[in-house]
Amino acid sequence: MTDIDVPLTTKKDWSSDQEVRWCPGCGDYSILTAVQMLMPELGVRRENTVFISGIGCSSRFPYYMNSYGLHGIHGRALPLATGLAVARPDLDVWVVTGDGDGLSIGGNHLIHALRRNVNITVLLFNNQIYGLTKGQYSPTSELGKVTKSTPFGSVDHPFNPVSLALGAEATFVARTHDLDRKHMMETIRRAHDHKGAAFVEIYQNCNVFNDGAFEQVTSREARPQMLIPLVHGRPVRFGADGEKCVTVDRQGRALIADVADVGEDAILVHDEQRDEPGLAFMLSRLARGPYEPTPVGVFRAVERPDYGSLVSQQMLDARQRQGPGDLATLLSGGTTWQV
Amino acid sequence: MSETTEQPGDLHTVVIRFAGDSGDGMQLTGDRFTLSSAVFGNDLASMPDYPAEIRAPAGTMAGVSAFQIHISDHDILTPGDSPNVLVAMNPAALRANVGDADPGSTLIVNIDAFDERSLAKAGYGSNPLTDGSLVAYTVYEVPMTSMTLEAAKPSGARSRDAERSKNFFALGLLSWMYTRPTDVTLRWIEQRFGSKPMVAEANTLAFKAGYNFGETAELFGAPSQVQPTAFKPGTYTNITGNAALAWGLIAAAQLAELPLFLASYPITPASDILHELSKYKNFGVRTMQAEDEIAAAGAALGAAFGGHLGVTTTSGPGMDLKAETIGLAVSLELPLVIIDVQRAGPSTGLPTKTEQSDLLMAMYGRHGEAPLPIVAAKTPGHCFEAAIEAARLAVKYRTPVILLSDASLANGAEPWRLPQLADLPDISVPFAMRPNGTAPDGSPEFLPYLRDPATLARPWAVPGTPGLEHRIGGLEKADGTGAISYDPANHELMVRSRAAKVAGIAGDIPPVEVDDPSGAADVLLLGWGSTYGSIAAAAERLRRRGRPAAHVHLTHLNPWPSNFGEVVKRYAKVLVPEMNLGHLCSMVRAEFLVDARPISKVQGQRFLYSELEAAVVALTEGI
Repeated sequence: MTDIDVPLTTKKDWSSDQEVRWCPGCGDYSILTAVQMLMPELGVRRENTVFISGIGCSSRFPYYMNSYGLHGIHGRALPLATGLAVARPDLDVWVVTGDGDGLSIGGNHLIHALRRNVNITVLLFNNQIYGLTKGQYSPTSELGKVTKSTPFGSVDHPFNPVSLALGAEATFVARTHDLDRKHMMETIRRAHDHKGAAFVEIYQNCNVFNDGAFEQVTSREARPQMLIPLVHGRPVRFGADGEKCVTVDRQGRALIADVADVGEDAILVHDEQRDEPGLAFMLSRLARGPYEPTPVGVFRAVERPDYGSLVSQQMLDARQRQGPGDLATLLSGGTTWQV
Repeated sequence: MSETTEQPGDLHTVVIRFAGDSGDGMQLTGDRFTLSSAVFGNDLASMPDYPAEIRAPAGTMAGVSAFQIHISDHDILTPGDSPNVLVAMNPAALRANVGDADPGSTLIVNIDAFDERSLAKAGYGSNPLTDGSLVAYTVYEVPMTSMTLEAAKPSGARSRDAERSKNFFALGLLSWMYTRPTDVTLRWIEQRFGSKPMVAEANTLAFKAGYNFGETAELFGAPSQVQPTAFKPGTYTNITGNAALAWGLIAAAQLAELPLFLASYPITPASDILHELSKYKNFGVRTMQAEDEIAAAGAALGAAFGGHLGVTTTSGPGMDLKAETIGLAVSLELPLVIIDVQRAGPSTGLPTKTEQSDLLMAMYGRHGEAPLPIVAAKTPGHCFEAAIEAARLAVKYRTPVILLSDASLANGAEPWRLPQLADLPDISVPFAMRPNGTAPDGSPEFLPYLRDPATLARPWAVPGTPGLEHRIGGLEKADGTGAISYDPANHELMVRSRAAKVAGIAGDIPPVEVDDPSGAADVLLLGWGSTYGSIAAAAERLRRRGRPAAHVHLTHLNPWPSNFGEVVKRYAKVLVPEMNLGHLCSMVRAEFLVDARPISKVQGQRFLYSELEAAVVALTEGI
């Protein structure tokens, strides 16, 4: 939406008067700051911006944004957002959800919103734990997780949110983390500018119930060795001196290798626009969890007509074909008789 | 049935039931007979009865599909109790339906289908046509299959295809028996099967052969006349409840000056509303087939937040799933219309059969104090008005409204006088456009939960409106500002305010009308929903027997009209016929402390008026 008359705003304009009530030290604060700092740069109007959430710590987010907002019920942010985005294509609709809200109770809605390509931006705060209910394991918790509800360790295999989104054929899939504001802002900006459903997984630290869940990959010291930045059109390299890379072997498997071993020519060049999602999926499988080198950035960004536009187009076509609907004609359209 | 003992040739009313295998086209046959009767000018009511299975094994009882139509020269109220004429296309159809036909009625059977195998499939030990078990009936054995095959030969259709035209043979025969106009049907065949000339030809030939068979076979005596009814002048069309709901929603959206947004998940018997509305994109109707019932309710509510008329349609199982979203709508105080086309439960129950057992769920089926208005349609045509009324209450009071229909209304049809559009109410409400309060620092402020003193509705401020940015949610909100509030006194105030808002609607709906022509009745028959016709007919018959009975039929079930309490207290005996175990009855007892008694039927079938009449007589002995 290019609107050249958008008034200039600051972070303050996007901050509501509500006291922020997350636990001190929660990763949600840095995400909120990143979004509030980003909004003035997006060239959008507050009145045309709507944040919608479900239930959970992350879902308090809309209360803190000075835009329109709707704090819904557990797992159902996406249906609410879908209805609004389809009804009102003029609006900028955001969904803020978590690993419990978006992947457990609301998992069904997530895959359908992504496959439909509803024009929304989904920010999924993944902290691998249920925070608001005080510490049960979530669908992204690692196997064997000891929590209040799993004193002997969890026995269910976790979701990889990026893999799930790619499996649902989302047109935009990215990952970022709460310790790198610049990367968060850049990734969320890309997601916002994408037409269609954009999905961003944000690694978010819950310092009360799951402290340090992502530390092995996101801490400042670990990052060079453990985060693999994905940049479109560039060889996928990481390490302090770019000495590591991702390559595809003769069986078609994506592997991490030393550049010195495989040679520059063997490095995979990232192509986020590849229509076929298989390669992006392979990248999403490189790490079994946030303790192995993990790709961050935009995995996939392809163009496909969004659901709301297709709905609107059908209405326009019908109107052109049949003219605007006339109620009297409709009611008398079947077999009628006079008395 | 006294009306039907008239001399042939001069009938006032007749009830015909077409019954056959699900693949025999009985619904289509019934539909066509209905339409030619409507065009002829009869009053009528029709009622399909089909199995839940799309194609149950052919020839079995489970696969029997039937369609009953009641035609009359005067205003009638129900699809009729028992058929005067039963058309049975095979032994299973006969066995499944003959029990409903009173002795003395006419059975027309397709004799070609009565072979040993078919008799066995239907569970007959011996052939009912020859074992004397049908001696009380007038039975006509007509070789419908073979005559259809013979008649259709010139069309060139293969015999397997031509055989499928035998329902048109039956239709032709009945059209002759009841002097229905043939041109309506012939024209329809031409239109419907225009792209398949061979099928059109076979159907036409079968139809004509049936008609001519009636004329020449001398089996049936003279054809019977059911004269046109004296209808109120106007333009009429034949309408089902589901179509009337769909059209009513389109009308409601226009009257509310809002775009219509329907989100639904397919479910019997409500899917036809989604099908119908999906056709009208040129009216600006958005329809969405959601991934589940919950998403359907959520999307409709999201659209309502955006200023659309949000609607979701479903049946009982879907209502269970939508409950949490409806509660959210109560808390958000946004308009939402939820249509529940009730079917027999619990659980999957009898998906195609009717029941009224969702009333208490509509009333109380949400956690917390979550009152909302409930509207019920009483006839297929009334579904149109009920949809407009539900939308009116939803947008005016910013509340979810549940509209109750049921399977019998959904698929039942009646002649419906097209409304004069100018007579329909303006139900539009303004959106909030500017701040409605002042902040402590003196600057203008928007208070999303500042109520209108008259309606207690909060402002409806839609995204896109500058200066009114606000956040709403399912957490309790502070009165006025809408900010999250855990304050105990505020919670009680909000609970009571939401309740008072809904209760206040009593002053905005018409008082109940009492149908008590003599004014002498001691007995009140109290009903709601699709039992309207049966109760009205039963009341009329009781009066004719010298037992005055009053009838009140509620359209608004929450809140009740303001005079309702006074009315129910006026009668010595209050009887409440419902297709459940006494939902409205218990509500009335609890609210007014009157000794109301239920008359219950839960067979997936509507009340026969004769049953009701007998029940009322039994329950009023001694008064």
